[in-house]
Amino acid sequence: MSADHKSPRLPGYLEYQGKHKGLLAWILSTDHKRIGLLYFYCMSTLALAGVVLGLLMKLELIAPGQTIMTAQSYNGLFTLHGLTMIFLFVIPGLIAVYGNFMLPIMIGARDVAFPKINLLSWYLYLLGALIVLASQFLGDGPPDTGWTFYAPYSLQTHTNVLAAVTGAFILGFSSILTGLNFVVTMHQMRAPGMGFFRMPLFGWALYGTAWIQLLATPVVGITFLMVVAERVLHIGFFDPTLGGDPILYQHLFWIYSHPAVYIMILPAMGAITEIIITFSNRIVFGYKAIALSSLAIAFVGYFVWGHHMFTSGMSDTARWAFSLLTFLVAIPSAIKVFNWTATLYKGSIDLQPPFWWAMAFIFVFMIGGFSGLVLGAIATDVHVQDTAFVVAHFHYIVFGGTGFAFFGALHYWYPKMFGKVYNRRRANIGLLIFFIGFNLLYFPMFILGLMGMPRRYFDYLPEFHAWNIVSTAGSWILATGLIFIITNLLKARKGTSEEIDNPWNGRTLEWQIQSPPPPENFKEIPVITKGPYERHNTVA
Amino acid sequence: MSEEKQHIVSYKNNALVLVALLCLTMLTVAITSVELGPWNVTAAMLIASLKVGIILTYFMHLKFEHVILRMMVIMVVLVFTALIVITFFDYLYR
Amino acid sequence: MEQTSSHSIEHRDDTASKLGMWLFIFTEILLFGGLFIVYSVYRYKYPVAFHLANQELNRSVGLVNTIILLISSMTVAMSVSAIQQGKKKLTITLLAITIFLALLFLVNKYFEWGIKFQHGLYPGSSILHELSHGDILFFGLYFFMTGLHALHIIIGMTLLAVILAKVKNERINSGDFVLLENGGLYWHLVDLIWIFLFPLFYLIH
Repeated sequence: MSADHKSPRLPGYLEYQGKHKGLLAWILSTDHKRIGLLYFYCMSTLALAGVVLGLLMKLELIAPGQTIMTAQSYNGLFTLHGLTMIFLFVIPGLIAVYGNFMLPIMIGARDVAFPKINLLSWYLYLLGALIVLASQFLGDGPPDTGWTFYAPYSLQTHTNVLAAVTGAFILGFSSILTGLNFVVTMHQMRAPGMGFFRMPLFGWALYGTAWIQLLATPVVGITFLMVVAERVLHIGFFDPTLGGDPILYQHLFWIYSHPAVYIMILPAMGAITEIIITFSNRIVFGYKAIALSSLAIAFVGYFVWGHHMFTSGMSDTARWAFSLLTFLVAIPSAIKVFNWTATLYKGSIDLQPPFWWAMAFIFVFMIGGFSGLVLGAIATDVHVQDTAFVVAHFHYIVFGGTGFAFFGALHYWYPKMFGKVYNRRRANIGLLIFFIGFNLLYFPMFILGLMGMPRRYFDYLPEFHAWNIVSTAGSWILATGLIFIITNLLKARKGTSEEIDNPWNGRTLEWQIQSPPPPENFKEIPVITKGPYERHNTVA
Repeated sequence: MSEEKQHIVSYKNNALVLVALLCLTMLTVAITSVELGPWNVTAAMLIASLKVGIILTYFMHLKFEHVILRMMVIMVVLVFTALIVITFFDYLYR
Repeated sequence: MEQTSSHSIEHRDDTASKLGMWLFIFTEILLFGGLFIVYSVYRYKYPVAFHLANQELNRSVGLVNTIILLISSMTVAMSVSAIQQGKKKLTITLLAITIFLALLFLVNKYFEWGIKFQHGLYPGSSILHELSHGDILFFGLYFFMTGLHALHIIIGMTLLAVILAKVKNERINSGDFVLLENGGLYWHLVDLIWIFLFPLFYLIH
């Protein structure tokens, strides 16, 4: 046990009272831990709303023809579902919640480099979210373009595209500022003795991600501004009647949105890495490989965007170039899986809920990844592009990847963040139900896609009916599992210091301080003399 | 903590940089007055890049900053260049 | 260090400040970069129209504006040298000149655009839509890119004005001037963008 657990406990960040009281003490706080929780509460609410939208969509698809809504409503629904889940949940996701909460502690700092800008990021997130949601109620109806806003339809539709892209623009600003904050934090605020290569791997994941947030987001920002200029001024950049090229819109959109999926997955992989290391009770296998592969994924990920556009009308040269680059980016991802496996090997494995989430993650992420190879090869892509196959692919990767990692990280860091203990058996049961539901919901979509069922249609041919029933039933089982998991966490009880300070015997710095952490994290900034996964950096 | 940057650029050096930039500007005007076909764009862009490089190095003090910052600037320029080049894989070969 | 939930844990780290400013500059490079991608695609697609359309723009005004911005970059760079030597009055003078030059740029731009508007050339105008596709795109890009650039000039001017005030009340001084350096960096960025805009819109034909 580190020295910190024996010395008198400080009031945790949750209960600390300063100049402000009550709600103000939270929404004016620049404490990275409180900001992390603010994001967590907002994001959970919005994600749950997104889940409800998804369930409604599946309900519509349980039978051919109109079931519970019109085609127009369905279009509005999948647009909002995409916008909510992508811009309001999985992109900020692990970064804003666990990055904010854990990164400063993991590097031995008291906060991020620019705490006030951190709070501003959250305000911008809220503002962007409100404006996106406003698009549902203002103007001529909710946007029906899909979250991708492809031109020329997005330039012509009477629905409220303006509000949606404006909201998305502001959300982009939030993302950029967070990325900026994290890069500077990691360069400037590591504890004495912690070189870059003694930083926990979650830090490296966040570092690569932060660079993507910085460099890719502005491109979609300017693209959305151009869409605004098109709709308001008829400027002509993407409008073929004025000489514009709609495919150029797609290029610019995906120049961000492909790297965006690495914003979603890199922190997820970082969290999974931390979990696997802790529950293997040994030093990670191949620290440098994992660290550098995070950077490699971030870097190569900038250059593969055209694989979303194989059927758009691009030149053949572009198509094979993007296909080749896409296969290259799979390599550093695979490196990570090898390292995780090698870390498990001859580890002293502790079967706890976070570990099961990590195993589930690897399973679904691999399926998603393999299906990505089908999509990365042009010859196969042209048959399944714009079918349910693609929908299955990205749900396995994003929901299975970022979503599962989000839950895994939540079960891992729960005692640290909230000072509470949840029932582990119920957590595992919840995961099992969730996992079964997840696979029943999405796997049939691979089959349906191969059979030819298009995506973003509220209707389909009778031959697709059977698998759609299975899929919709899967959505109900998934929802049940989700309810199980959430109620189990909500019923968590306050724990003793034995139970909450370091229940998993973690070796990184956040586990060497009390739970919940005091506002300034450390009584004294630790001096680091060893690697992040060696025992023990003693902390005062 | 304040940076121990005793390096102060003299007014004279700042002025010399301006003179160089003005000369390059005039050169750009001159070169683009001559009909060189597609080389006009290349020449103008090369000179513009040179001007940008001078501003980055001297006015923006990159020459005297930490090497990591210089590496970041180079990386950003490379990424952006790659984006344009790869986009043209489409447009050049349609 | 006492922390109340209203006090942020801020500590002075000039390197962090400057790094933060550079990272922000990178985002601006990519923001305008997207527009340069659009420009390069449409120049490639409509070479003749772009060729001819740029003769509609007044080269001399463009050149004067370029010179104005270059001089203003020098004056703001000099202001950093001045504050480092503790020369408060000189710093303020140089900053004031920089802001004045920026204002001149905007005045020029106002007249430039004004003339175009008078001829019915603005995004979405019926006259513009009668022209060829290449012309529509050239002018669309011209207004959008110089407009976005002008917005950044306004932001830069405001930033420099705030910095000037802080030099006046000595919040910025020879021992603490990273804010001035960062303001200068932002201003140079504005100049950098114009250095590319000028030949692409006014010169290349």
